[in-house]
Parts: sequence; structure tokens; C-alpha cells
Amino acid sequence: MNASSFNQERIVLIATILIAVSASVFLSGFLNVPNLISIVRSISVLGILALGMAIVIIGRGIDLSMVAIMAMSVAWYLQMINDGYNDYLALMLVITGVIAIGALNGFLVAYADVPPIFVTLATGLFVFGYVRSQLIPSDAVAVPHGHWLELMGQFRLFNIPVDVFIFIALSFAAFIFLRFTKWGRYVYFAGDNPAAARNIGIPVRPMQVLRYVLAALISFIAGLLTAASLLSIQTRVINSNLLYDVILVTVIGGIGLSGGKGGVRNVLIGSALIGILLNVMTIADISLLSQNLIKSTILLAAIILDGVLNPRDEQTAQQGDI
Amino acid sequence: MTFRERLQAWRYNLVPDHIIGEILEKRWTDNAIPFVALIATVAAFGSQIPGFFSLYSLQESTRQLGEFSLVVIGLTVVMLGGGIDLAVGAIFALSAFAAIATFFIFALPVWVAFLAAITTGIIIGAINGYLIGYIRLRAFLTTLVILIIGRAIFEILIVNYGSIAQMSQVSSDIWDYIGDDIILGFSVPVLTTIIVAFITHIALTRSRPGWHVLAVGGSRRSAHNAGINVRRTVFFTYVFSGFTTGLAGFLFATRLSGTGIGTGHGLEILALTAAVVGGNSLGGGRGSVIKGLMGAVIVLVMTNGLIRLGYGTGTNQMVLGVLLAVAVTIDIRWLKNRHKVLNEMYVAPVYLKMDDAPSAEAGSGTAFELNNRLSKARSIGLGEIEGPEDVILDRNDHLYCGTRHGEVVRFFAPDYTESEVFAHVGGFPLGLAFDRDENLISCVGAMGLYSITPDRKVTRLSAETRRSFTSIVDDAVLRDPNDLDIAPDGLIYFTDSTKRYDAHDWTLDSIENRGTGRLLVYDPKDGSTKTLLDGYRYTNGVCMAHDNKSLYFCETWACSIHRYWLEGPKAGKAECVLRNMPGYPDNINRASDGGYWMAWLGMRTPSFDLSLRHPAMRKRMTRRLPQDEWLFPNVNTGGVVKFDDDMNIITTLGDLTGLSHPSVTSMREHKGQLFIGGILNNRIGLYDIENADKNWTAPVAYWGEKS
Repeated sequence: MNASSFNQERIVLIATILIAVSASVFLSGFLNVPNLISIVRSISVLGILALGMAIVIIGRGIDLSMVAIMAMSVAWYLQMINDGYNDYLALMLVITGVIAIGALNGFLVAYADVPPIFVTLATGLFVFGYVRSQLIPSDAVAVPHGHWLELMGQFRLFNIPVDVFIFIALSFAAFIFLRFTKWGRYVYFAGDNPAAARNIGIPVRPMQVLRYVLAALISFIAGLLTAASLLSIQTRVINSNLLYDVILVTVIGGIGLSGGKGGVRNVLIGSALIGILLNVMTIADISLLSQNLIKSTILLAAIILDGVLNPRDEQTAQQGDI
Repeated sequence: MTFRERLQAWRYNLVPDHIIGEILEKRWTDNAIPFVALIATVAAFGSQIPGFFSLYSLQESTRQLGEFSLVVIGLTVVMLGGGIDLAVGAIFALSAFAAIATFFIFALPVWVAFLAAITTGIIIGAINGYLIGYIRLRAFLTTLVILIIGRAIFEILIVNYGSIAQMSQVSSDIWDYIGDDIILGFSVPVLTTIIVAFITHIALTRSRPGWHVLAVGGSRRSAHNAGINVRRTVFFTYVFSGFTTGLAGFLFATRLSGTGIGTGHGLEILALTAAVVGGNSLGGGRGSVIKGLMGAVIVLVMTNGLIRLGYGTGTNQMVLGVLLAVAVTIDIRWLKNRHKVLNEMYVAPVYLKMDDAPSAEAGSGTAFELNNRLSKARSIGLGEIEGPEDVILDRNDHLYCGTRHGEVVRFFAPDYTESEVFAHVGGFPLGLAFDRDENLISCVGAMGLYSITPDRKVTRLSAETRRSFTSIVDDAVLRDPNDLDIAPDGLIYFTDSTKRYDAHDWTLDSIENRGTGRLLVYDPKDGSTKTLLDGYRYTNGVCMAHDNKSLYFCETWACSIHRYWLEGPKAGKAECVLRNMPGYPDNINRASDGGYWMAWLGMRTPSFDLSLRHPAMRKRMTRRLPQDEWLFPNVNTGGVVKFDDDMNIITTLGDLTGLSHPSVTSMREHKGQLFIGGILNNRIGLYDIENADKNWTAPVAYWGEKS
């Protein structure tokens, strides 16, 4: 086995298998069908968000506004339904808003040259602040009784919740997009070397906008699923560590932060590791606070590993690339 | 003059447009936007919130401001070094907890609590610095993860030990004093901030480590290549940020005597917004402690104000989000387009109506009538030299000239076919003169007045004069020293053509046509440089009159010659002795017959004279047209003119073919021959003067026979 076959993806895969095997040996209640389904279900929203994040990161960006968009778009949508708006009208309005905020992200990154980290940090803050202060009266908004989201949340096929199918379907769609479509290949080119991509005639900047819009739409879908399974949306989720979990899943699966590397497979592996880890920690009765500590330490390890595997060079590092 | 033209003259000559461009060139204009924002914010919230400006209210609210400013100062230093530190939210909380735990749980003295808080900050800062500086991870994500880890540890600690600290009975006068009291009208946090800000400012602007931080932030690669230890510098910026944040955490702990789960929550976003709103650049190198402080006041007044005015949950985040996005975008766009704005604004032409000149056309019959005699001049160093602006000969008949490559080249007598680089100066040597001791003194473009000894030692005599009181851009610097001459007492009189443009931008100066040229004098005895005259349109050639009682200097864009009196009733005064020449005068030098040779670098054209009456048109031209399509003084035809002390024109020489000497910037008479230089030429011309004194040489005329 040579060194190159020992990359991060394989390390993580092996770690996942090791954890899964040892958990099934040592933890009763791990290896049974209901628990496995709950693992997949618990990871599906995270995984969906990670798909969006992956598309942006592969294109050498990052989107810190995803969780804010996820929570606030759905909260606004449900608020409008509760206020008696027409469902389609409300949905159209929200989708328009989501696309607009994604386009704003993309525009500022692509055309104003602002680093994506700051753009999306600011828009995330703004989206939360605006919706919370102007559009909804309380922190949580409930799904109205009999709404299609409620039905969707209760829907089961072979006893498996619908989230899982949507995660699988979106993963497949993202896979097709990244591998087999022209615009999907552009993501890699632009992520690998934006200047070269631009020189060979790829519309780098419109494609950048497209990626942020896609990430925003994916966030909205993840928000709908969250609302469907919990029957309400809690806007305080933006203060939680969900966003960092999304980055954790993406980075730990082996998608380099400098762009151009990785794919849906990496997201799936990252999701599997985090899903199993969270499940194991919960079964082992580790407190939520300690879980946060463990997760963030793993994220730090992943970033250090990423830094060691994809080192930055003093001579070629971009100025202001923070 | 039509009414419209008179209006133009008033508009462009009385309104000081050029000041805008000069102000924009100042670094402190970067502070203007945040400063206005600061005033607006304080005024808006101060007028809305009752009692905002009362002393007690200010003292109390500035306690929080002091702590926050400390955090922002730390973050500012990190940002100046090209990084970012989001971990401050965790460092602040953990340091505060460390102080609380040491003091209330372990009942140790206050100074131990202080040390605990500071140490906590420095340790976490060192971890950040190690990961980012030495392992070179991405600052944003790394500090974000450290933030999450730190917050997780803090929450675990607070859940497990928070209540023990709260039930403690420990108390201390010093602790309460730091937390509650006022010294000289200031609270302790404000005093601490003032001291830390002052020290940091001095360190950044006036010390080696501070310069290293700015260098690394300004250009990491260049700093690395220049031998600065980039990794260590980056490391210490994070340690410093940990230190100031730890200090802030300690002050917070003494103020509230407790910490809660919300301590320091979201502080990183507030601090980041403050640093950026204050005008510190992302990516480093540009910014200051003052900017950070301004941003801190803006952000804190705004967020606290919104809460006190009773706006609901989320309003703060909304405002912060907008503030951050707008500030970052302005920062990026401004940095990118600053020089473009400056280019657009800088050129500020003035109105000038030139009177009609006598014709210089061949066959016109005027005194200035040009002929074709220079086309017969022989060439020296053809194709070997570039840009001999001035030429000069020494006592041994060797010929010297400056070149565009920053050298003084010497051609050997008698046939001037062989040459050598006499000395390397580094800048473009323009005017040349020999002093009594045969040192070659030269006005070096954009550098100053230089002396080259016979054994080729180059020394700088002067690079600046006294700054004038009304100047905005420092006008002490000699931007375009052009020509010089030396009086018998050794004083060196020289011109600095313009204060507004560098030497190579002379076309822009001609288009602007603003009078900023100076006549200066350098005294070799005490090394001082004084400004004698100011406000001429491109002062150029200088020549001592034969009797040494006055000197002539020319004002190129005004096509005039002035006489500056050194002795007699008019001493210290200048008078215009010849105006409205048909050509643009350059260097002036003595002739053997008691007259003076004057070079014309180009001829006036009716089109450019007309454009001088249309400043708006010239401004539009520089903005909208590429440089090679600008209308500026014609330099395709020049010539040489000889005049005498009574301003009679005695001879003119020209090259109407334009092949060998189209533009002439200098000429020297030596033993009956005229040596001709041109700044745009690739040769020195050699012309035999009819009826000239075959023995006359300038060194003898100036300094007498060699003893």
C-alpha cells in the first residue's frame, strides 16, 4: 500500500468502519434496524446541508449563511401560512427570497470580490435579524395542523422516514450535477484555478452566483425537512453548532477547503462518520456539552489534517486568503 | 475676453480643485468615512436616548466600551498581520471564568486572578498562533473551531462550577475598586484601553516588531523574501490578541463578579464588525489602532442603543449584518479603485491665455525665425546614449552627459568617440555644472541635488527644502530638480520644476499648467536648502549672468525668461525679462560673446495655446482619452536661441528636418563649438559656431584659469 492510497477519505472510511464495528460489539442497542434508521435520519438534514456546502466549497467558496437561510426561510413560510396567505403564493415568495439571498451572496463574492466568508457571515446575520425582527413575532413557528409538511413528516415507506429518501435523491442529483453536467464540471475547474478557468472562457462569475443560489435552495429544502419532522421550526438553531457540523461533515469527508477536490462520495462518508459518532455518543450517554467538545476537537483535527495534506505555500498563497 | 471665458478663468483659477486630489492622496482620508459614521452614530443615538451624555451614564457605559475596545485592539493587530481571530469570544469568556474561579473559588489574591486571566488568554492565543503561523492553517476556520472548542469548555465549566463561584463569600477592596471605581473621571477599563491603545499604536508605527506585522500583512510573500520571520510574526499577533482579550475578560469579571452562559457570546462578530467598520482592511497591512477604536465606538453605541431604544430581537443582528457587509464591500472596492479615483481627481488644469507669439517659421523674417543649421551638426555617441538632458565639458575638454539609465557618461577628448560610464547615480541626471573644485554637481530627476567628485564619489547634497505652511502634500521633497548653476561664492542655484508631479509626468504638468515651480538655493557651507521663488509654471534652465549680479531662469510653460537679482537695488526680486517666445525654453548657458544660449525643447502650437484657455476640456481629455492621444506641448521641433543681457535675440539655430535635433534641452559652448543635448535624443550634437572665440571655455569663464 503506497502513501497516496492512504488519503484522508480512506482514513475516515476506515475510522468509520472501526467505530461502527466496535460500537456494535461493545454497545448494545447500536446494531439494530431502528437504530440504523435513526442514524440515517439524524444525518439526513445535516447531509443535505453538507451537499450544498460541498458544491460551494469545491468551487473555492464557503457559505456560512446556510443555517440562517434554512431556519429563517421556513419560519417565514410557516408564518405566512399561519397568517392565512395562499400556500402557493407564500411558497413562491419564500423561494424568490431564498434565490435572492443566494444571488446576493454570489454577487458580492463574484462581482464585488469580497471574501465569501465575510459575505455569507454578514448575510447570515442579516437574514436572521431581518426575518426575526420584521417578519416573525417569536423564536419558533409551528407547522399548521393538516399542512402538507405535517403529512410529509409522517410519511413512511418500508418504515423509513421520507427524509432519508430525499437525502438519497439529492445526493444522486448532486452527483449527476457535479460529474456529468457541464456546469458541474465548471465547479471543479473554477475551484482548482479560477484564473485559468476564466482564461479558457468559463463564465466563472455567473457560475459562482449559481452555486450560492443552489446552496440557498438546498438549505431551504433542509429547513422544510426539519420542520416536517419536528412540526415546527426553531430559529434559535442559528445559535447552535449546526453550521459547524455541516462544515465538519464536508471537511472531514475529504473535501479540501482550497477547492477543486472531492465529491458527493466524500459528503456521504463524512455524514456516515458523524452520524455514527453522534449516535454512539448518545447511546453511551455522553452529555450534549461534551459531545460539542468532542465534535469540535475532531473538526480541528480534520482541519489540521487538511492543512498538512494540502499545505499552503508562502510563495503562492493568495494575499488576503484567510 | 468673452464672458464665458472670464467665467472659466475664475472657475478654474480661483477654485482650488487640486486640493481635492492632494487630500485624497493622504492616508488619513481612509479615516474620514468611519469618523463621519462615528459622529453620526453618536449624534443619532445620543439625541434619541435621554441622558446619554450625562457624566454618570458615560462613565458606566464606557466600562463596557473599554473592555470591548481591548478586544478590538487585539483583533486589529491580528488583522493588520493578515489574519483574523474569531476565538476572542471564547478567550474572553474563559479568561473571565479563570479570574472568577481563581478569586471566588480558590480565594486567591486579585493579582493571581489577574495573572490567571491573562495567562488563559495568552495560552489560547498561542495555540491559535501556532496553528495559523507555524502550521499555516486558514485563520478564519481555525479560530472558528478554537472558538467552538473554547465555548464548549466554557459551557461545561460554567454548568459545573458557576454556582460555586456565585455562592462564594470572598470579597476584596481592590477587586471592587477595579470593577466599580473612577480614577480621574475615567473608569479603570477606559484607562486601561487608553494605555494599551497608546502603546500598541506606538509599537505598530514606530517599532521594528510593529513594522514587521504591517509588512507581513501588506505582502506576506515580500515580507518572507525580505527575510522577515513571517511565521513568528503571525504567531505573536495571535498571542497579543489573546493577551488583550484576556485583559478584557479580567475587567469584565471584576465588573460583574460573575460569568454566565452568555458571557462573550457573539463577541467575535461584534469585534470583527467593529474592526472592519473602523476601516481596517481584510487581508492586512492597512489599518490602525485608532480605526479599531472608532469602529468599537460605532458598533457598541449602535448595538446598545438599539437595545435601549427597545427594538426587538433580531434587529441588532440585522443592523450588524448590513453594517458588516457594507463595510467589507466598501473596503474591498475602495482599496481596489482608490488609485483610479485619485487619477480621475488629481489633474486639475487652470486657465491661461497666452499672448500671440512672434512667428518662428522659416521665412517669416522675425528675430525668432528658425533655420536648418542644426541639421548639419555632427553626432557624438549616436545610438550609444539615451536622453542626454544636459551636456557639459571640463577643463580637459572631456564631455559629460546624463543618461536615462541613471548614469553620467564621459566622452573623451579630442574626438569623442570613446566613452565610459563616469559614475552611476541611480536617477536620471538632468542639469549639470562644475564647481570651483571641479566636482560635477547634478540635478537628478526625482532624487535631488548630487555631487560627483573627480574621483567619482557620488554624494547627495540636498533632497528637500523647507515645507511651506499651506502645503497638503509634503512639498519639502524635491520632485523634479531640473537645472542648476553655481555662483562665485559657491551657492548653488537650482530649479525644482513642479511640486505636483514626478519628473516623468511632465506632460501632465504641462496639461494642468499650474504654477508650482520653484527656484531654490543650496548653501554648501551649512548644507541648507532654501526656497527663493515659488509659483512658476515649470521652472527650468538656470544661468548666472556674466557679471554674477543676477541669474536668468526660464519658465517653460509660460515661454518666458525671468531675471533674479542677487545684488543691487533689486536684490532678492525677480522680473520677467522676456515673455511670449514662440518656443518652450529649457536650459540656459553662457556664450563666449557675452550672450546666453537657450534651448527650446519644443515650439508652441495654436492648438495647445487654445486648449490652455479651456481647462474643462483638458480635464476631460486626461480622464477619457488614452495618454498617447493627449494634446500637450509639441516636442517635435525645437532649437537653440542666443540672447544678450538686453534681451536681443542674436541667433537662432534649428533643425527643420527633425532628423537629428528635433527637441533641444541643452547646449554648451566650448572652444568655438556648440555641444547639443536633448532629453529625448539618442546623440549629442556638435556644431561649429561661426565667429566664435576659439579659446573660450565655461570652466575658465566661471572659475578662472587653473592655478
